[in-house]
Amino acid sequence: MRILFYILQKEFTQIFRNRSMLPIIFVMPLVQMLILVFAATNELRQVDLAIVDYDHSYSSRDMVAGIVGNPFFKVQKLLANSQEAEELLMRNKIDLALVIPRHFDKDLNMNKSAEVQVLVDAINGNAAQLSLSYLSSVIGSFSQKVLINPIKPEFRQTKNIVIKPSYWFNPQLNYKYYMAPGILVVLITVVGMLLGGMNLVREKELGTIEQINVTPLKKWQFIAGKLLPFLVIGLFDLAFGLLVAKLAFNIPVRGSLVLLFSLASVYLVLVLSWGLFISTISDTQQQATFVSFFSLIVFIMMSGLFTPVESMPDWAQKIDFINPLFYFVKIMRSVLLKGSNFADIFNEFAALSAFAVSMFGLAIFRYRKTS
Amino acid sequence: MNRFLAFLRKEFLHIFRDPRTLVILFGIPIAQLLLFGFVLTNEVRNVNIAIVDHSKDHLSIRLTDRILSSGFFKLAAIPSSESDYEGLFRSSKVKEIIVFEPNFADKLMKEGKAGIQVIADASEPNAAQLIVNYTTAIANNFMRDEFVKDQKQPGINIKVRMLFNENMRDAYNFIPGLIAVILMLVSAMMTAITITREKESGTMEILLASPLKPIQIILGKVVPYMILSIVNALVVLLLGYFVFSVPIIGSLALLLGEILLFIFLALSLGILISTFVNNQVTALAMSGFVLMLPSILLSGFIFPVKNMPVPLQIISNLIPPRWFIEINRTVMLKGGGLAEIWPNTLILLGMSAIFIIISIRKFKIRLQ
Repeated sequence: MRILFYILQKEFTQIFRNRSMLPIIFVMPLVQMLILVFAATNELRQVDLAIVDYDHSYSSRDMVAGIVGNPFFKVQKLLANSQEAEELLMRNKIDLALVIPRHFDKDLNMNKSAEVQVLVDAINGNAAQLSLSYLSSVIGSFSQKVLINPIKPEFRQTKNIVIKPSYWFNPQLNYKYYMAPGILVVLITVVGMLLGGMNLVREKELGTIEQINVTPLKKWQFIAGKLLPFLVIGLFDLAFGLLVAKLAFNIPVRGSLVLLFSLASVYLVLVLSWGLFISTISDTQQQATFVSFFSLIVFIMMSGLFTPVESMPDWAQKIDFINPLFYFVKIMRSVLLKGSNFADIFNEFAALSAFAVSMFGLAIFRYRKTS
Repeated sequence: MNRFLAFLRKEFLHIFRDPRTLVILFGIPIAQLLLFGFVLTNEVRNVNIAIVDHSKDHLSIRLTDRILSSGFFKLAAIPSSESDYEGLFRSSKVKEIIVFEPNFADKLMKEGKAGIQVIADASEPNAAQLIVNYTTAIANNFMRDEFVKDQKQPGINIKVRMLFNENMRDAYNFIPGLIAVILMLVSAMMTAITITREKESGTMEILLASPLKPIQIILGKVVPYMILSIVNALVVLLLGYFVFSVPIIGSLALLLGEILLFIFLALSLGILISTFVNNQVTALAMSGFVLMLPSILLSGFIFPVKNMPVPLQIISNLIPPRWFIEINRTVMLKGGGLAEIWPNTLILLGMSAIFIIISIRKFKIRLQ
């Protein structure tokens, strides 16, 4: 135990001697939380649209006024014909164009039924669908307002299903609540992988590892000495990032923080062992970074951080069984946003623990004192 | 010229002798292509739901069948009481609970109105919104088929034309962006690292002392990565075309010209970074934080620039891929030409000029 204590002392001294370390520990969480969470959003802020009104009638102007008055839509131009609208779409100036045909007013008043055309720039399908649904609801409420005036009975829809949606855990559908816990996972993963992983291979590159290899230090003591300091730093960064998320976005913390940090420790042991394992199979820092970088990109993309896992094809979902980030992103969101308790996330915990133990074993096994 | 060719040969050997570098150079682009092509999608599919039917009459049962046979939803639980709801969400067993009120069919027939409560797990807000929209659409279609039959709907019908990407395929959105990200990685990051490596290991001094001119040294470093970048860009374009059927509607020559311009820009950015840093780890960190993250997140590659807060939108103007991705999308998908993209092209040209000028000023041929 005393030996472990000394080796820990050595590691901590080395870490904090490096002057670029402190900024990394403090600045990285801030930058990641503030920039990534704000940047990574699918929430539409504003839809740029152009309107082509061929009708110039009372109704069409009334409907246009409703759209112009909606803060969500920024009406860039009122155009004379739809060719101009297509041109603007081509030049990326607008997202949508609404074309109101001639006789719109007449159709609406005489037949109670009229048609408008919407041109959508659909390159980003997600955004296209969302902005279209906003425009539809504005047009829909206009049409209801107009049609409240007596409708001929045969057109009245007599039976209706009323759908009452309720959004639990996040009634305002705040996208930041969704992103912030995920970004926290990325944060501690990057800290663990890059800092922790790099550390051992650096000793290799400098040659100091041989000096340690000739001491009576046991393999597990050496690996533990490399692991524990970064575990502490990782947990500290998690706390710091969580604080930033609380202050900046006021994300809810519904579950137990003790549970969250215990699970984070298990996860960090796994990530650090994984980084150390990469270190043991690399000779230079460059190789180690490349391999970590590569596996990180794949695991982050597949973790469900940005898109739901069940939308992925089956083979991808199978790969996610061995993706630590998949489990921890789920844990983080469940505990923070839904207040899940230990029983709720026991499966994820069991998987992470099993991986952590085997990865730690693998790192010790792969680390050779003799070459 | 002979000297230069020999030097070029040495550089190629450097790249090809390390399999790990090769894996990075070709593995990352292909892995990203596959990930974005097949894995990252927001489509609603196989969503686990729970259904609580308090009336169990012919209408509620038929609507339930309709929902479950839509292919979007999978029945994962039938909670017996309201107190189970929260547990189902907390353990992530379901993402939506649909509750039919008692006497559903009766109410619908007599009062003309019956209610369904749809509770969604909004800890994933976008998914929740989509799921609720899908459920609503299924219920509305069901009603139309059951009761309205061939009556013309009153109100305003919206005829939608999805331009440039009729079927709203995700690949259309990401392939043009992916080219930018990959070129950033291969051209800028690898150039920065390889020149810094030469500095760190001290061999830069040897090269500078050789009869090669500094410009030849830099060119020799840059040309192999330029060729690799071109190969990578072509691979992505071809895979996009043949595997994901992403079209190239505009002029291919124009597109290739713009790609070359961007490669030139990325290489000069790589050289610029290498003049600032002295060791590989710093070069890597710089590339990661200054190049990769902004290229992926602030460029409009995944998340539209328009959705960001204004300060980030301003920052994103400084990020070369933001302009290049717009060029790619316009030329490939919209069939635009120089008339549409000349401002972007000018910006990229201006940025390259600035990077080159600073690099030349900062490049030191003498030891300190």
